[in-house]
Amino acid sequence: MRSDASRLGFYLLLAPILLWLVVLIILPHIGLFIVSISEKLGPREYETGFGNYTAFFSEPLYWRTFARTAIMSILATALTLVLGFPIAYYIAKLTRGRTKTVLFLMCMIPFWVSELVRTFGWMILLRETGVFSNLLQSLGLVSGPVEMLYNDAAIMVGLVYTSILFMVVPLVTTLDSLDDSLIEAGYDLGGTSTSIMREIVIPHAMPGIVSGCIVVFMLSLGNYLTPILLGGKDSLWFTGMIYTQFITRFNWELGSAFGFLLLGLSSLVVFLGLKLSGQTLSQTMGRS
Amino acid sequence: MTVKLSKFGRVAIATTAMVAVPMMAGAETLRLLTWGGYAPEEVIAKFEEETGHTVEVTTSNNEEMIAKLRATNGGGFDLAQPSQDRITSAQEEFGIYKPIDMSRINADLFIPSMLSATAANTTFDGEVYGLPHVWGTSGLVVNTAMAQSVQDYTDLCDDAVAGKVSYRLKRPTLIGFAYSMGLDPFAAYGDSATYQGILDQVEAKLTECKANVKTYWDGGDEIKNLLRSGEVVASMAWDTGGWQLNADNPDITFVAPKSGALGWIDTFVLPARGRADDAAYDWINFVMQPEIAAMITNTAGNFTAAVNGDAEVNADLKARYQGSFDQQAIDNIKWYPPVPAGLEAMEGASLDRINAAN
Amino acid sequence: MTDSHPDLECRDLVKDFSDFKAVDRVSFDVPQGSFFSILGPSGCGKTTLLRMISGFQSPTSGDLRIKGKSMIGVPPNKRPVSMVFQHLALFPTMNIGDNVGFGLRQRGVGKAEIKKRVEEVLERVGLPGVSARRVDQLSGGQKQRVAIARCMVLEPDVLLLDEPLGALDLKLREHMKVELKALQAEFNTTFVYITHDQSEALVMSDNIAVMNKGRFEQIGAPHEVYHEPATAFVAGFVGDANKFDAKVTSANGSMLSLVTDAGTEMKINAAGASLNAGERTQVFLRPEAIELVATATTNDEGCNVSPGVVESVLFNGANSSVTVRNSAGGLVKVALPQTGGFAALQKGDAVFTRWQPKDARCFSAAEAGS
Repeated sequence: MRSDASRLGFYLLLAPILLWLVVLIILPHIGLFIVSISEKLGPREYETGFGNYTAFFSEPLYWRTFARTAIMSILATALTLVLGFPIAYYIAKLTRGRTKTVLFLMCMIPFWVSELVRTFGWMILLRETGVFSNLLQSLGLVSGPVEMLYNDAAIMVGLVYTSILFMVVPLVTTLDSLDDSLIEAGYDLGGTSTSIMREIVIPHAMPGIVSGCIVVFMLSLGNYLTPILLGGKDSLWFTGMIYTQFITRFNWELGSAFGFLLLGLSSLVVFLGLKLSGQTLSQTMGRS
Repeated sequence: MTVKLSKFGRVAIATTAMVAVPMMAGAETLRLLTWGGYAPEEVIAKFEEETGHTVEVTTSNNEEMIAKLRATNGGGFDLAQPSQDRITSAQEEFGIYKPIDMSRINADLFIPSMLSATAANTTFDGEVYGLPHVWGTSGLVVNTAMAQSVQDYTDLCDDAVAGKVSYRLKRPTLIGFAYSMGLDPFAAYGDSATYQGILDQVEAKLTECKANVKTYWDGGDEIKNLLRSGEVVASMAWDTGGWQLNADNPDITFVAPKSGALGWIDTFVLPARGRADDAAYDWINFVMQPEIAAMITNTAGNFTAAVNGDAEVNADLKARYQGSFDQQAIDNIKWYPPVPAGLEAMEGASLDRINAAN
Repeated sequence: MTDSHPDLECRDLVKDFSDFKAVDRVSFDVPQGSFFSILGPSGCGKTTLLRMISGFQSPTSGDLRIKGKSMIGVPPNKRPVSMVFQHLALFPTMNIGDNVGFGLRQRGVGKAEIKKRVEEVLERVGLPGVSARRVDQLSGGQKQRVAIARCMVLEPDVLLLDEPLGALDLKLREHMKVELKALQAEFNTTFVYITHDQSEALVMSDNIAVMNKGRFEQIGAPHEVYHEPATAFVAGFVGDANKFDAKVTSANGSMLSLVTDAGTEMKINAAGASLNAGERTQVFLRPEAIELVATATTNDEGCNVSPGVVESVLFNGANSSVTVRNSAGGLVKVALPQTGGFAALQKGDAVFTRWQPKDARCFSAAEAGS
């Protein structure tokens, strides 16, 4: 009787997760996959086949954009790590109590407004008639207005800014768990700041680094607004391409195929990242 | 349950408030899928007061309207307003609309020529699917103080305005450039080989022109900001955007290109699985009344297909319209014919190649 | 050339924090090869002192010399001292070999040489062949030895130990005391050991400094600190003691007559404690200095003998004791050796307590603040 009751409780607890998985994750993906393998012959005429996938590989624009998106996302992830690590280290190791809370909060403030507003904020700063351009001119550093928007660097700035919190949080958590005495022991044994960072701090923070990188990479890869608004006329982004196929071209079939390829790509990069850093998914996700 | 109750409650309150109104029995909720500005608050309030219906507005654009309706097989909305050229192909492809019952329309409210032209353009399998509502054009919005030379689409590629130009990477740009290059894309709609030839020429021109472009704009606010700040001095855009900017800065205005502005008509269509047809027809007949049409023109900035609809439009807007269009320019407007299915795939490929070119 | 300098010298070392003085004018020398303990309650400043020696904190004033060289301004990674941390601070991301070899790698020693020296030092601490193991595969005592090996492989002039036995269970702690002392003798390196556990300090040290409120109360060999405490604090902190608050009724040279606040009269031979009649005093009396007798006899002459009733018997093997309530109502703790005739002592039994006047220590209450 009792085990029956506890089993019922177990299934009741499991139900929302299962429901979520099946209804919101698995079913839409099955639907998307079915759409992606239908080739359009004419109005309301479809045939099953992998034509949409071959279209992707035969059209250079598609796979180049795909590769470009992947490389830029990896770069954005690396940049976010380089910028986020010192911030996280400072918050976790060099501050205490109130200051820590305040700094942590300051990292979060940008996330109180929508992504659109944040992106518009960057547009106001970077545009030709924007804040930075005017500042540089009034300081006499440049003679005319400077356009800093509509290029890949602007996308990079936007992506890093959007995702830095998701790097800082897991890093702070893992660095917090690093006993200060390990760092002191490193110094005591003759270590320099660099060697201690390399041999003690970074290996300890590895699960946080990897989980932060996974999240940031996914966010960058799946970002739509930032590349569209900050990017220039050559700045193509794969999610923008998916949107175009779905909405402006009415080509759900190709759009679905693109969606699946993006899913495959992100899984592959995460897998490679885990392999290269010698971490497992359960280690990184379980710890932070 | 709560939804039903609150709806019921709202109707109940409306009932007690307007005992005198005789149309109570058929009160419905009208889910309207339309463009920003086409359903102003005051018009909705008036409509709800007069008919007892309630109105829920969702604003969108052509492509998203079709995508939304496609996703639900024509459900979720009771009335939509895509442009007339996008109706038959979407109907053929996805079957998302239902025919208009002309007997329920007060045809006297519509300018007869526009009503019949739209009916002709939106006929599929012998049934009419669209009624004209708001019309306007797209052409050039130019800062005349800084870009006097821009008179036609191809002038956007002049060295004089290098780096200070913007347009959308969408089909109107392809068509506008084709006309200003002396080609006739609408005439080639039926012949895909000829049309591909035109597209190839336009593609070459736009690829060459790419260096001149500051950025391809996406949203109306984006291009207005670019023009207002002076970062862009000439752009392809809608007439209303130009007139709005003109109110702030007299130098900026809409210019009808020499080769002709592109004319569009936004319509009323009934989604295939709409549930409140009564309310939809009531809305159509309501907003086509001259004084209501004028209210919509004043917020949307574009004129309507309503008879005498311009009578109460404010004088500034009329003046701007007349400033941009003389009679010759009006006669020269190129009205979009219905887009044949499959054409957009060809255009998409061209646009992709322009986007990828360096 | 013989080195005349002690391994570690501190001169008037002071550390001020914004709101209190953690270390107050501390001076001491630690000769080469000796085991020096700093014993004190938590918060007495011993950790701060140790961190100044290791270089993690810099003194406000005073000088600190190692082998005669001043260490003021020298960062921790440049000092010839190594430290065994309270929780050992073994690097969990490295195996044992890499842990022990860490310091050598920082010095740029060649790989083969590191491997050889790591094996050597692990052998010396009795853990040959554990290089490839992970830290969490070792027992508490083994980790302890690895932590020491990790420091000793660098051949430091001074090894600092920050209560490294605190985390171990009692049995292992007893064992490690002996082992630490043996390791110190084996390496013949100067150890500076801080602890709040007087038994650790007494067992292992050549010299003990008893620290309280930032100051050294006494420096001396374990038996000196135990038997001849210089201050009331030392007498109370080191070892077990009965403490009486009392008043001097008469002083005859070093012989004092006292009456405790509870009303017991006693005689004490307090050489060196210059106390006058009427002064308040604190008396410390070791439980093992008191003898239990069944009856008062004539050879009790000159001793403090008082009748009492057994209040409770605390059986703890060799460390068993009884508390006796004397006729005046005061409680006295008495060691109860398990060899004597009192093995069957029970609560309520009538006994006499007897102790020699020279076995008690008494201090002026004015200086015995705590």
